Amino acid sequence: MRYSAMRVLLEGLTGNRGWKPVWRDPEPKPQYDVVIVGGGGHGLATAYYLAKQFGQQNIAVLEKGWIGSGNVGRNTTIIRSNYLLPGNEPFYEFSLKLWEGLEQDFNYNAMVSQRSILNLIHSDPQRDAFARRANAMLLAGADAELVDAAQLRRELPFLDFDNARFPIRGGLFQRRGGTVRHDAVAWGYARGADSLGVDIIQNCEVTGFNIDNGICRGVETTRGNIRAGKTAVCVAGSSSRVMALAGMRLPIESHVLQAFVTEGLKPLLPGVITFGAGHFYVSQSDKGGLVFGGDIDGYNSYAQRGNLPVVEDVCEGGMAIMPMIGRARLLRSWGGIMDMSMDGSPFIDKTHIDGLYFNGGWCYGGFKATPASGYCYAHLLAKDTPHPTATEYRLDRFARGHLIDEKGQGAQPNLH
Amino acid sequence: MIINHPLLGPRDAAEFVYLGDASLIDRPDWQDPLAAEKFHDYLYLRDNPVGNHRELWYHEQGDRSWLVVTRNTLTHEIIKVELATDVARKRGRSR
Amino acid sequence: MSQPHRINGGLTDRTQALHFTFNGKAMQGYAGDTLASALLANGQRLVGRSFKYHRPRGIFSAGSEEPNALVELRRDAHCEPNTRATVAELFDGLEARSQNHRGSLEFDLMAATDLLSPFLSAGFYYKTFMWPKAFWEKFYEPIIRASAGLGRLSGQSDPDFYDKGFLHCDLLVIGAGPAGLAAALAAGRSGARVVLADEDFVLGGRLNAETMQIGGQMGSAWAAAAGGELAAMGNVRLMPRTTVYGAYDHGIFGALERRTDHLADTTGAPRQILWRVYARRSILAAGATERPIAFANNDRPGVMLAGAVRTYANRFGVTPGRRVAVFTNNDDGWRTATDLAGKGVEITAIIDTRKIRPLASIPGVVIMTGAHVTGTAGRKGIKAITLNTGQRIPADCLAVSGGWNPNVHLTCHQRGRPVWDNDISAFVPGGDLPPGMTVAGAANGTLTLAAALKEGHATANAALKSLGFTPSRSQAPVAEDEPRTLEAFWHVRAGRGRAWLDFQNDVTVKDVKLAHQEGFRSVEHLKRYTTLGMATDQGRTANIPALAIMAECTGKTIAETGTTIFRPPYTPVPIGALAGRARGKDFRPYRLTPSHKWASENGATFVETGNWLRAQWFARPGEKGWRDSVDREVRMTRASVGICDVTTLGKIDIQGRDAAEFLNRIYANGFAKLAVGKVRYGLMLREDGIAYDDGTTAHLAENHYVMTTTTANAVLVFRRLEFARQCLWPDLDVHLISATDGWAQFAVAGPNARALLAKLVDAPFDISNEAFPFMACASLSVCGGTPARLFRISFSGELAYEIAVPARFGDAMIRALMAAGKEFDAIPYGTEALGVMRIEKGHAAGNELNGQTTALNLGLGRMVSKKKDCIGNVLSERAELNRPDAVRLVGFKPVDRAESLAAGAHFINRGDPADMDHDQGWMSSVAFSPMLGHSIGLGFISRGHERMGEIVRAVDPIRKREVEVEITSPHFFDPEGERLRV
Repeated sequence: MRYSAMRVLLEGLTGNRGWKPVWRDPEPKPQYDVVIVGGGGHGLATAYYLAKQFGQQNIAVLEKGWIGSGNVGRNTTIIRSNYLLPGNEPFYEFSLKLWEGLEQDFNYNAMVSQRSILNLIHSDPQRDAFARRANAMLLAGADAELVDAAQLRRELPFLDFDNARFPIRGGLFQRRGGTVRHDAVAWGYARGADSLGVDIIQNCEVTGFNIDNGICRGVETTRGNIRAGKTAVCVAGSSSRVMALAGMRLPIESHVLQAFVTEGLKPLLPGVITFGAGHFYVSQSDKGGLVFGGDIDGYNSYAQRGNLPVVEDVCEGGMAIMPMIGRARLLRSWGGIMDMSMDGSPFIDKTHIDGLYFNGGWCYGGFKATPASGYCYAHLLAKDTPHPTATEYRLDRFARGHLIDEKGQGAQPNLH
Repeated sequence: MIINHPLLGPRDAAEFVYLGDASLIDRPDWQDPLAAEKFHDYLYLRDNPVGNHRELWYHEQGDRSWLVVTRNTLTHEIIKVELATDVARKRGRSR
Repeated sequence: MSQPHRINGGLTDRTQALHFTFNGKAMQGYAGDTLASALLANGQRLVGRSFKYHRPRGIFSAGSEEPNALVELRRDAHCEPNTRATVAELFDGLEARSQNHRGSLEFDLMAATDLLSPFLSAGFYYKTFMWPKAFWEKFYEPIIRASAGLGRLSGQSDPDFYDKGFLHCDLLVIGAGPAGLAAALAAGRSGARVVLADEDFVLGGRLNAETMQIGGQMGSAWAAAAGGELAAMGNVRLMPRTTVYGAYDHGIFGALERRTDHLADTTGAPRQILWRVYARRSILAAGATERPIAFANNDRPGVMLAGAVRTYANRFGVTPGRRVAVFTNNDDGWRTATDLAGKGVEITAIIDTRKIRPLASIPGVVIMTGAHVTGTAGRKGIKAITLNTGQRIPADCLAVSGGWNPNVHLTCHQRGRPVWDNDISAFVPGGDLPPGMTVAGAANGTLTLAAALKEGHATANAALKSLGFTPSRSQAPVAEDEPRTLEAFWHVRAGRGRAWLDFQNDVTVKDVKLAHQEGFRSVEHLKRYTTLGMATDQGRTANIPALAIMAECTGKTIAETGTTIFRPPYTPVPIGALAGRARGKDFRPYRLTPSHKWASENGATFVETGNWLRAQWFARPGEKGWRDSVDREVRMTRASVGICDVTTLGKIDIQGRDAAEFLNRIYANGFAKLAVGKVRYGLMLREDGIAYDDGTTAHLAENHYVMTTTTANAVLVFRRLEFARQCLWPDLDVHLISATDGWAQFAVAGPNARALLAKLVDAPFDISNEAFPFMACASLSVCGGTPARLFRISFSGELAYEIAVPARFGDAMIRALMAAGKEFDAIPYGTEALGVMRIEKGHAAGNELNGQTTALNLGLGRMVSKKKDCIGNVLSERAELNRPDAVRLVGFKPVDRAESLAAGAHFINRGDPADMDHDQGWMSSVAFSPMLGHSIGLGFISRGHERMGEIVRAVDPIRKREVEVEITSPHFFDPEGERLRV
């Protein structure tokens, strides 16, 4: 069923009785060419692109709960490609370009809104670093704009220019950055994949891998054994525990990142704003809530919840740059489990076990990567070679010393 | 969270800084023939368990002790708190 | 100024009339009113508009679950949007306005959207607005955003201030209704430290809203007496107006106390206080929330929760209607009829979905059992209800009761999942409660009075025993249990028109059915697809009926369908309260250098360096811009002598028999053989082999060293050293003291540095070049007995010293240095001149030591000793870190010396396209060199050390500039280092 304004009109006139399930609810088959473990944004996108771009027919996505229940359903919805390093920037720019055509591609309005993202600059060394980054973005074909405090004052008069502990000295804009309705991304990919014949199987938890002589031949699940030509794990947040079933230890720790939304307010913020001297970033949703977050709690956790000190720290950051939000009320908070990797960058790679592939380590940045992650993972699964924009996301990069460390923090995941 | 410091009693976790898995105590021997591989595993690979996790916390706003805290990563319950120095010695570290 | 709906009785103070306005209209209420009760008293039924369809809405509840009556309070910067009128305490002069309408509240232009509702069903926006592509941001979204949102923020800085506090107690009792009061009394009498918090401004909870008796007393009177007894106990802290909004790990609770929200004048006191409550045990006695029944047009003003109608009548002396009808599926609804009838309010009908024998008979009242309400008449306020029999009954208020949902929220803030209780048809607390928490009263599904009192009492005694207290001998208060049977009933199928579930977000029964039809069947999908329960009330009255309807659709039970989980906060918390005082200049503390006062007296411009405030430059009269000052500071320092406060550098005192060995393992270069009285430059790596920090370490005395670190890493290096000392080599005899704040330290640099210092150093200490050569250090005294440390080290490349004195002498020291330097024209210099001089000398700083560069990249590869164990040694040898084409730190000069350079530019070879594939490196630091008379830069470029003299392009597309630069040595000035050894 194709969605359109005309369809909404027709259905509205006939009591909305014609709408079909957005995805089917099939029983798992005994065998698939590709089994994708994890029905989050990345897993569903992988299935979609495998079917659509790489002509694979026989694909299943296994989800232990409901699709989109992981981090695609609990994030702050930001998209951007403002990275520095050559291992990252082309990949995220590829992702941003995919976002730009996504809704027409999968015929679902995910409300991709290129409202801009701004990183505030508070010191000269920070401006130097952002200039370097902005130039890297431009050299990679992305957009970037370095602005001074006077221009910011014109554009965002509500920022605290006159009484700030860390004065605002400028900012780095990426105007093509913005936000997306996060749940709709999962649903849009699910709908697209389903319509191309992918079996999306919910409430199906993988409990083991069927590994035989170094070859992965499928998975054991709560709904029976499923044979697979290729098994593609894509379970960020649970990567370590799932890959442990295959006997692997990963360069990943699980940490909780909290996020927050306020009660609905009339339009206030034009785009995404990121504080450069504390932990705070914010945007306003179409519904009017201020969606904001900050730093991870900082200790290993698999509980999808955090503690008060970080909530307070984040709100302090908010009040530091925009004291007009003091009377806005925090309405909901949630916590997502991050695959924090050892250099802050992800993995899209084969494992040493034939037929077993791994995608994870997205830290707190997996949402914006969803389209490219799916596309590049599909490329790897279909062709057994990495996509040109994802050649660096290898599991062996630490052994080789090829670090993709945007923040320069080294092998301490909670600092990335 | 509250960490029951073995010397100072219960303290708010906000007084502490978190490092990570207590296996970071087990720094390999630099002269081991497999030093490169062992240092890689030591620095980069983690068990990252669901459940009890032995981990290093530093009492930065306090007495500057490094502690080994055994904490459940699912419930956040703290089962045990030890001085890291004691743990390190037990694991054979000396000079 | 009449209050047509005011009736007798209640707890308001009729002697204290309060004046307020609603949408500019003057009204009057009494002390003890909420804004909602006062509005009802004044006959104001229409108070707001719904989010999506802009339907007219009235007051629905009498508590924090209110979905409809959201208003803006106060004005200008004090304006507070989205406030529930049902919890806003009335005060004299209160200004309230309705929100979310275009035009007046009565004639909202946006109400036209209601006519389009067939096309605006759940999730319609996912299916359209996709063409043409560019229209989303330009056209559709601005329209959607403008019509969405609720209230307005003023856009001005929040004028109030907020405080934070910590409380410790044995027992935290959350909720001061019957169960909570009984628990607090039991605990208080036993001597335990108790905190009793309630979101309301009067203790008692439902006791104030009902007519039940305890021990022969009216419930409200008993609650007041209990409050009095508790208030008199020194071990009990009563906290009305305090919402415990979150249960965090290890018995820590977040609570918000409202201090001035109920006052006209809010100046001089914190508006709210955010408490962190550390409780050994907690009792959740948060009560229950009534839920409605869905039927056609059940959202109109005048349709209210039955319990709320009782609250307004019994507590506030206000009747929400002149002719009240009741629609219920349980015994409780009948009490609304009897209570109001007892106050002389006309009851027109009692409709019970159950086929039961009537529980009351009131003369003149239509009583129908096994019947349903199928619709309402009256757009901006109901006038009549229609029954399934077709009968039309006049009513301006319909009191609806679908049963009560225990407020289990805080039991779920950790891992708890509520379980379905068929007996009361509601979710009750399940297992996995927050440690130390027990639940009592209605929150536990114990919905009747006597049982709730007993449970509160018993729960407290059990908690006390587990803490080792001896419970007092007092008994639970005595009351009678009221009838409370119920037959689950969720929505009326008959009837024309939409039946609302989530009033604020306009989610109807049809939307839930559509979600089911489209496959959004898990509770989380339902919530996310329809926006059910995502409004400011978090679906307190909506979620369970909606789940029940989804369960009907899927043919599962509600227990199988499950519920969404609750997360903090229980009710919304202002961001200002969570931030507290950490805002504006107080966002983070300032660290001031010992010479700060002197510097501010002498024209310094300051700059934030981490948490430090440092002098950036010292402008002199006639200087037109910062460059004039900085150039002068550099020239005068290099010509004579300059002084700079370098206290911010980290200082770590290292002592012990194994201190040398310890340093030798911490630094990449050798430290084992550093002689006493000598200083050495050290490079520290991370364990992954990346350069981490650099600085000097002085061997002051046998087994005594002083390390300096960069300003940025002072705390982090100390932490790492403690890690190495305690965790890696616990038996090395070494001890560490952070001395950063203990010593004021000044760089004295320039050809006359020695002459200047010679005037201050106490005899017989000899600082001649022979006695105290480059890289010497000593403890000595200055200015006639002040203890000091002197280091002959140089960051500027000049003959230079750093002199340290105990911090308390720092101000005196800078004054003494400047006085002694007068004859040499000594000048103070700031961080800018410091930076220029270090770039002239090619020293790496933060821009180069950025956590991504190796010793090899920095040109310090040979410092990494391969003959010893040290942090980072092994992993620094990894292949990719040692590629032949790795970037190297070198200097850059513009080919056209008149050009200026820019940090952040990337290097591209001549003739290559400017793109990422041809990127050769980047410019990290630049300065105008007053000594060379042109711009200079430090940067990293592939194989830089082999490319001296080569010309490359420094492209800077972000600033639309490109400059040709020559690769040079990074040592621009005095490359042989002759000046620092004289």
